Amino acid sequence: MTNLEFTPLVFTISAIAGLLGALTGLGGGVVVTPALTLLLGVDIRFAIGASLVSVIATSSGAAAAYVREGYSNIRIGMFLELATTIGALLGAYLATRTPTGILGIVFGAVLLHSAWMSTRPRPHDSSGKPDPLATRFKLNGSYPADGGHQSYKVTHVKTGLGLMFGAGTLSGLLGIGSGALKVIAMDQAMRIPFKVSTTTSNFMIGVTAAASAGIYLSRGYIEPVLAMPVMLGVLTGSLIGARKLIGARVRVLRWTFAAVVGVMAIEMIVNGVQKL
Amino acid sequence: MTDQRLEKIVSVLLIAGVSLSALIVLSGAICYLWQHGNESPDYHEFHAIERKYRSIQGVLGAARPSDCRGIIQLGLLLLICTPIARVAFSMAGFALERDGTYVLLTAIVLAILLYGLAAPH
Repeated sequence: MTNLEFTPLVFTISAIAGLLGALTGLGGGVVVTPALTLLLGVDIRFAIGASLVSVIATSSGAAAAYVREGYSNIRIGMFLELATTIGALLGAYLATRTPTGILGIVFGAVLLHSAWMSTRPRPHDSSGKPDPLATRFKLNGSYPADGGHQSYKVTHVKTGLGLMFGAGTLSGLLGIGSGALKVIAMDQAMRIPFKVSTTTSNFMIGVTAAASAGIYLSRGYIEPVLAMPVMLGVLTGSLIGARKLIGARVRVLRWTFAAVVGVMAIEMIVNGVQKL
Repeated sequence: MTDQRLEKIVSVLLIAGVSLSALIVLSGAICYLWQHGNESPDYHEFHAIERKYRSIQGVLGAARPSDCRGIIQLGLLLLICTPIARVAFSMAGFALERDGTYVLLTAIVLAILLYGLAAPH
């Protein structure tokens, strides 16, 4: 296949990944790596390098939505980025020392988890006992709702930090945004309202990915000619997906997507085991 | 300066950064496909890419019209720097809010990011 054929093909696959990633809330990065490795036989290290770059693009590109909506909490984001960026450095170091078979198996496991998460209903917003740490670090806030402001309190800050460290490590190890784990940390542990946690998590994903991107760059994982159609494709797909979110039949889509991701996950695991 | 205003400003910064880097990547892509469109890429076997595309100085030196991959890599490097610039900007914002705790916290995040970007690995 020549570059003139390969580049549009990768762009199209990445755009579909970005579109589905935005529609389901999983993010495009988690789909693009298995698509590149399983469909086109790209080495997982090149795929991870390209995917990581696309994750930064999607996260930064989605900022347009926050200007409109004003749900994100810059303090929660910055506070938790302490944990995600340290995790991301660790993950990127681990990635350069981990055999590709193991990387594939871990990736498959994370995919299976994401697929399962994407079929779960959105958690109900409920506040728990406020954490003194949340007060000290001014994490409690409010967001616009029904014409007024709905305030919220943040709980289980230490658990959230720990989970975020794990999310950052996986992000650095696999070149993904780790959206599913971030949602667990923010929605379920810290009880941050859904809209605030998704937009804040989107903000954080770019910063987390930037922490490990430098290591990937200097190790020679970021091949410009491959990363180019992946970045432009995922960005295009996710921007379209973000606009279409309200109109789409989300339930059917979530299940279809979860099934596709589940199949890819099993293939990744099987391929990984064969390489051991 | 309030938190809401700070968030809007950093959002605009992010959009500007991602747009500019996408433009640079796109122009590098056109340039590369024009010159090397009929060559066949091979990503089946991993081999670390050339050293000049692997550091900030290298990429800044490599990006010129005769080196289209260098131009693409420059766009990608700018993309990687965009969230880092966002953190630096947030730090300035917290300083204007006179919030010492968050200036310190943001400075640590910034240091981690700069270490990842610039330290040799």
